[in-house]
Amino acid sequence: MTTTLEGSSTMETGGTVPTEADFPQTAIQCRIQELFYGDFLAVRNSEVNIRKQQITAFIGPSGCGKSTVLRCINRMNDLIRTFRFKGELLFQGINIYDSSIDPVAVRRHIGMVFQQPNPFSMSIYDNVAFGLRLNRFKGKLAEKVEHSLQRAGLWNEVKDKLKNNGLSLSGGQQQRLCIARAIATEPSVLLMDEPCSALDPIATRIIEELMLELKEKYTIAIVTHNMQQATRVADETAFFSVDIYKGGRTGYLVEFGPTDQVFSDPQEDLTKQYISGEFS
Amino acid sequence: MNQSSAARVEREEVTLTELQKNVWEPRSLFNGFLNILTWIMALLACLPLFSVLVMLIIRGSRRLSWSIFTELPPTAFEMGGGFGNAIVGTLVMVGVGMFLSVPFGILAAVFLAELGPDSKIAATARFCAKTLTGLPSILAGVFAYAAVVLLTGTYSAPAGGIALSLLMVPTVILTAEEAMKMVPRIMKDAAHGIGCTHTQVITKVIIPTAMPGIITGVILAVARAAGETAPLLFTALFSEYWLFQGGHVGVMQPTASLAVLIYNFSGMPYENQIELAWTASLFLVFMVLVLNLVSRAIGQRDTGVVTMVMVIRKMITSKKDQGESK
Amino acid sequence: MARRQFVRVVFSGDSVSVPPSKWEVFCDQAFRGFTWACTLGIILLLFYVLYEIGKKAVPAMGEHGLSFLITQSWDANKGEFGILPQIWGTLYSSFLALLIGGTFGVTVAIFLTQDFMPAPLQAVFKNIIELLAAIPSVVYGLWGIFVLIPLIRPFCEWIHTHLSWIPFFSTSLAGPGMLPAALVLAIMILPTVAAVSQDSLLAIPYKVKEAAYGMGTTRWEAILKVMLPTASHGIFGALVLGLGRALGETMALAMLVGNSNQITLSLFSPANTLAALLALNFPEAGKVETQALMYAAIMLLLITLVVNVIGQAIITLTSKHRGV
Repeated sequence: MTTTLEGSSTMETGGTVPTEADFPQTAIQCRIQELFYGDFLAVRNSEVNIRKQQITAFIGPSGCGKSTVLRCINRMNDLIRTFRFKGELLFQGINIYDSSIDPVAVRRHIGMVFQQPNPFSMSIYDNVAFGLRLNRFKGKLAEKVEHSLQRAGLWNEVKDKLKNNGLSLSGGQQQRLCIARAIATEPSVLLMDEPCSALDPIATRIIEELMLELKEKYTIAIVTHNMQQATRVADETAFFSVDIYKGGRTGYLVEFGPTDQVFSDPQEDLTKQYISGEFS
Repeated sequence: MNQSSAARVEREEVTLTELQKNVWEPRSLFNGFLNILTWIMALLACLPLFSVLVMLIIRGSRRLSWSIFTELPPTAFEMGGGFGNAIVGTLVMVGVGMFLSVPFGILAAVFLAELGPDSKIAATARFCAKTLTGLPSILAGVFAYAAVVLLTGTYSAPAGGIALSLLMVPTVILTAEEAMKMVPRIMKDAAHGIGCTHTQVITKVIIPTAMPGIITGVILAVARAAGETAPLLFTALFSEYWLFQGGHVGVMQPTASLAVLIYNFSGMPYENQIELAWTASLFLVFMVLVLNLVSRAIGQRDTGVVTMVMVIRKMITSKKDQGESK
Repeated sequence: MARRQFVRVVFSGDSVSVPPSKWEVFCDQAFRGFTWACTLGIILLLFYVLYEIGKKAVPAMGEHGLSFLITQSWDANKGEFGILPQIWGTLYSSFLALLIGGTFGVTVAIFLTQDFMPAPLQAVFKNIIELLAAIPSVVYGLWGIFVLIPLIRPFCEWIHTHLSWIPFFSTSLAGPGMLPAALVLAIMILPTVAAVSQDSLLAIPYKVKEAAYGMGTTRWEAILKVMLPTASHGIFGALVLGLGRALGETMALAMLVGNSNQITLSLFSPANTLAALLALNFPEAGKVETQALMYAAIMLLLITLVVNVIGQAIITLTSKHRGV
């Protein structure tokens, strides 16, 4: 089932080409054995399955590795020189940590929104068009840009000032711009690393509603330190933690399941304690 | 409760006179004296600048007219004349210097700032660049003489340009590196996240964002190079003719420049030449000031005056951000 | 690096994403290699400069050996070459300039960092000082000849007439000489010293200043007993950098120092420096003289290199000591 293909424009006949039908529900399977930063073991033995067109939330106390795991999905951790990944990460059945895979290609298919809004220092239009131009999109750019901004819920606020620099917007607007930029190329998966933590409650609310709309089309994985946010938006929740009572610093997946169930009837003691606020 | 009265300390009462200001007290006198001395010295330090500028304007404006652009330098007993060829020569040689130093410098800066900031080769290169900023300008001329003039057998504009580029390169590298380091990490993350190759991150995001700072550095290098005399003395020498005499452009010949003209004329006993030297100086300083204003207009924040002092500052402060690896 | 294979994953038909093309990957690797090459180039450039000048200096080094450094005459016709007067002139002028320029520079730094003026005026003043560094060397030379020398000549004459028993004032100022050259040099290094000293003073944590004032010091007691000692390493580094700059300065000295190959303590007498020697003699030099000049050039290079490297090292070490 794991196949890789040569060439950029034609497909070889011979190997099987994974198509949507092969992956009815799961978009991403993270099977992590160990994640290292240098000598420091950041995450151990965790397996998370992210389903299609759903929102999966990673929650847990700070330092438990939830951002690290999220960043593994689009190989962003590769940018850190001392990082090492042991395990498998299957994206549409293909292990993207295989040595033959180009991480840049992976990132073209997965969008990411970061904790701090980070539009490029160019016009709003150019920000959204950036990914399209990068992928040498040949169609009608302006339409795509407008479409993206509309889906991000930003169009009405910026339609008259598309030439303005992206950094001139407010924090909440910048984050929506980053979302528009990420979805412009229609990636199937969207990763969001604490997207609302730098925003005020009103902007947060707008983005949460946006997420619920976006999940019709995109698979979303979101890291959040706000439990209530997880209950509001996530279909499934993964709870990561460190061995807090044993003084451990290595994170691992404690519990994973439908959000309702994780919050109302947690299976693990640690989960119960976290949810009831005994540690955070 | 203090029981032992034997151990009680005699307390003196503080009187009003002790607290009042007293200028005649030795400590206050000393303080006041040094304050005054400092003010005097600070004002004295400004004086040369004003003196130079005032003299430039007074003596330089006497010959300010279009003829300085159109006419050639006068010979010993001639009257009138201008230094159009020197202006052209300076522009050409600074242009050559830019052509050599800017791409080379920016590419090296890319490696230093982004691709291999902590590597040994980067540390060595930075050391070399900082060392080269202290290279006496005359030695840049000696080098270009040895490497180019002796090779080509003639004094020429490119030889002068090469000497200038040697002086420009360290400035371009150090300022460009600084400018690129200032690009926020999260912006670079966004570019990686959207699927740029590392080169695309650099060319599509880092360099455009750092451009104002890079341009400031280039302008600084240009302003300095335009005023340099020593490197040109025996590489481009001087010429009393236009560069494009006789219908064809000849760069492989001695070339005039503003700085060398000022130097030559200032030593001549002829009033005509001396006046022209002042005018040329006025023109040169004016160009430098204009370049400063341009770089301020482009720059995002106030980098102060664009001079070598800025580079030296960067040499020091660049040590401070040695804590980022993630 | 292993050849990378590209993954094309077909899922949602709407996606416009394509993997990086072979050309993009090639450009990526080529560009990165190119930048590495340029970085290497800088290192090679420094060595090439040393090599090229050194190579041309070898014939003269072989011919004159170390006596070059102690011979006092420079005569192209007789073939006698020696740079002792020029070394003396270089060192003397630079130290004088450092004395004057350094004092003024540190004072200006104090002036700009110890609350002598409100902030907007400070910014203006700072720019004025830095503008001093924007004036080209040759313009300073011109100004020195026609403004400074006539200005100081009366004073120097007076001092010479009355105090000529002091070796520093033993000759009269006929025109160019050591003092005008040193003064202009001082003006040129002032901005450097001021800027680096400013940074040192500004790096002092506020709590140190608080502690001093809290003990009831006057402003100058705080400066002299606390601020300057704390910033002393950085200020020392500033002075060394200023010295390095002075040693390498050419044009202003060539125009103002008088170009006379003699060793004298007199401030009013003409002298010569290594850089000025090169500037003046090179254009007209014959083959033999050129070789001797190359030898002089390599000596100048070594002196400035050593001083600059030491200055850099001091700055680097002191900025590490500044604490968190």
